[in-house]
Amino acid sequence: MSPADQPQSLYAARVPIFPRRVHGFFRNLKWWIMAITLGIYYVTPWIRWDRGPDMPDQAVLVDLASRRFYFFFIEIWPHEFYFVGGLLVMAGIGLFLFTSALGRVWCGYSCPQTVWTDLFILVERWIEGDRNARVRLHQARWSPRKVRLRLSKWAVWLLIALATGGAWVFYFTDAPTLARDLAGFQAPSVAYVTIVILTATTFVLGGFMREQVCIYMCPWPRIQAAMMDADTLTVAYREWRGEPRGKHRKGAEADALGDCIDCMACVNVCPMGIDIRDGQQMECITCALCIDACDDVMERIGKPRGLIDYLALSDAPREMAGEPPRPVWTHVLRPRTILYTAIWAAFGLALLYALFMRTDLGLTVSPVRNPTFVVQSDGSVRNIYDVRLRNMAGNARLLRIGVTSATPLDIELEGSSGSAAVEVPANATLLQRVYVTATPSSPAASGDSTPLTLWVEDANGGTRALRDTSFNGRNTR
Amino acid sequence: MSDDRNVSGNKVDQVTGTETTGHSWDGIEELNTPLPRWWLWTFYATIIWALIYTIAYPAWPLVTGATAGVMGWSTRANVAADIVAHEARNEDLVTALLDADMVTLQQNADLNRYAVARGAAVFRAHCSQCHGSGAAGAKGYPNLLDDDWLWGGSMEEIIYTVRHGIRNETDADARYSQMPAFGEILEKDQIGDVVEYVMALSGEDHDAQRAAAGAEIFADNCASCHGESGQGDREQGAPNLADAIWLYGGDRATLTETVTNARFGVMPAWGQRLSEEDVRAVAAYVHALGGGE
Ligand code: SF4
Ligand code: SF4
Repeated sequence: MSPADQPQSLYAARVPIFPRRVHGFFRNLKWWIMAITLGIYYVTPWIRWDRGPDMPDQAVLVDLASRRFYFFFIEIWPHEFYFVGGLLVMAGIGLFLFTSALGRVWCGYSCPQTVWTDLFILVERWIEGDRNARVRLHQARWSPRKVRLRLSKWAVWLLIALATGGAWVFYFTDAPTLARDLAGFQAPSVAYVTIVILTATTFVLGGFMREQVCIYMCPWPRIQAAMMDADTLTVAYREWRGEPRGKHRKGAEADALGDCIDCMACVNVCPMGIDIRDGQQMECITCALCIDACDDVMERIGKPRGLIDYLALSDAPREMAGEPPRPVWTHVLRPRTILYTAIWAAFGLALLYALFMRTDLGLTVSPVRNPTFVVQSDGSVRNIYDVRLRNMAGNARLLRIGVTSATPLDIELEGSSGSAAVEVPANATLLQRVYVTATPSSPAASGDSTPLTLWVEDANGGTRALRDTSFNGRNTR
Repeated sequence: MSDDRNVSGNKVDQVTGTETTGHSWDGIEELNTPLPRWWLWTFYATIIWALIYTIAYPAWPLVTGATAGVMGWSTRANVAADIVAHEARNEDLVTALLDADMVTLQQNADLNRYAVARGAAVFRAHCSQCHGSGAAGAKGYPNLLDDDWLWGGSMEEIIYTVRHGIRNETDADARYSQMPAFGEILEKDQIGDVVEYVMALSGEDHDAQRAAAGAEIFADNCASCHGESGQGDREQGAPNLADAIWLYGGDRATLTETVTNARFGVMPAWGQRLSEEDVRAVAAYVHALGGGE
């Protein structure tokens, strides 16, 4: 009875996958990427960066409490969150770019899910042995040996998961201090809760759900379909060369067969549990492990490598006709990828421009509109503005506030009699109420709305920032 | 059309060899692509979680209320606890506010900030109904943002006004002043003349001849309170008639109405309703609004 004759359930149990060990170029590449990305993840919070007194000396720090983001020499304030937004847009477009050129390379090489799953499988292989041993262990009844192997595997997984969750919290506060506090059970409870949640998700997603995350939980496999086309270089099987597949025995019948010896090596190494010879599949993360596995086989049977390879589907007809594939750059350099690169670079340049053009002084002005204006007893008209001053420098500064307009207007600061300057502490903001008054008979007092500019400048000279706003006269509707 | 069926009688798609669900739209049939079983279990787990949750926390609506839940959790109690915790945290500031010399309050930046913020909350809860949420007042309710004060705009005067109120009958120390209803004292013509004179005082368009006649009537009837030149008298709460600010309006009709019938605005004695620290805080807030003296 073929499977099609069986009644099917609406729900299917997970079929466990036991990827076999593989050697080769792409496997080595993946080891390197794993080492580098994990290294960056674990080490970054411990890099120190001297910013002067009273400032955090952590190179990369997300300071949620005081709403600052430190990245080496860059310090992002909350009103500059567009930098983060811009970087996210660049990350998105970068993903489009790589996917349209090289398929799901992000998934195959640098997605955290892939990196940690790879690490977990490494541990699994180290403790329980390679594929065949693991299959046997999986099928075996529970025995002291199985319990011992399982428990030690889970213990190591748990340690890795704990280190993963543990490293995350160091990005949000001074790492050495937090490490001491964590060890002494003195750290804030949110740190422990975060560690527990991240430990649990790492343990479950990396240890037990693996490919299920990629297939069912991640939206990217669905989106990638729109990002790829026939020119995309993706992992594929040269079916015209491999088929008809079959075990090579001696004799004439072997000559009628293609290069694929149906050894299943490509299937056995696949972390997604698929057979790439069935054609492109949503599940394939283009990790290229099957390429390494098959190349190994081809070498042993004395056939050219590349039965499974990174190739573009648009080249298939040419290759079938015996012509060489088009050069790689023609696949990578296409209007589409060039457009993605251009958009990506435009965002990058705009962010760089914004980064180098920003000043260490800023203000936002919110005119008080309840009421729109106040008439004083002598008939003069007063407008009130709430001005938020930002001193982004590392030292306290005396900031002078002033008003520029076509008609003369008086300015007065709440709380500081006479002086139009206010001291703002280092690296801080200050809310200052500002009164602007027009004399009784002036056009600003009797008119409707008069444009004016509020400015703030360092009293010791230097930067100045300004904001345009308006003054409401007595005729304001 | 494929019409293969498997042992259980379900349709099987010929091309893929997969069973279909039997659903078909415009001739396109849905393949039965099984969902992972853990997904199903996750779904069941959420249902169980929902049940536990609605038992643990207030949830099911009943006729007069809702089930209370077995955790004894209540937003109202939480807020009450929050308030108590907050007050405990601010205890030092409250003590400092009660001891503070309100006149020099501004020199203590932290305390001043606390007092003004607390005062703003008190103002929004108790004062904004009459004086407006922005404190700009309305007809008959003074604007607290300008520099015109009936009873004085210094910190001490403001505290007194807030504590005892104006023309109320609950506080013996309330500010009290009463303007006679001149409709019973003066002739209509005389009132008209006085109104012209008052308009002249504040520099509005007026009938000079009638104003001249009104000046005499003003000197006899009004000057004792409002002053010779209509500059007002804070001791008696008599408004300044020579400035640009009017509590009820400075046009001819409104002034005639005011002189004829007089006005009698009342403010409650907040000292009887608010705590001492709230009285001080709201005074600090009003003083900081821009008109404080
Ligand atoms: S088919 Fe090959 S490239 Fe695709 S996931 Fe499996 S091993 Fe990786
Ligand atoms: S590894 Fe290569 S030879 Fe072996 S089954 Fe896969 S495609 Fe065929």
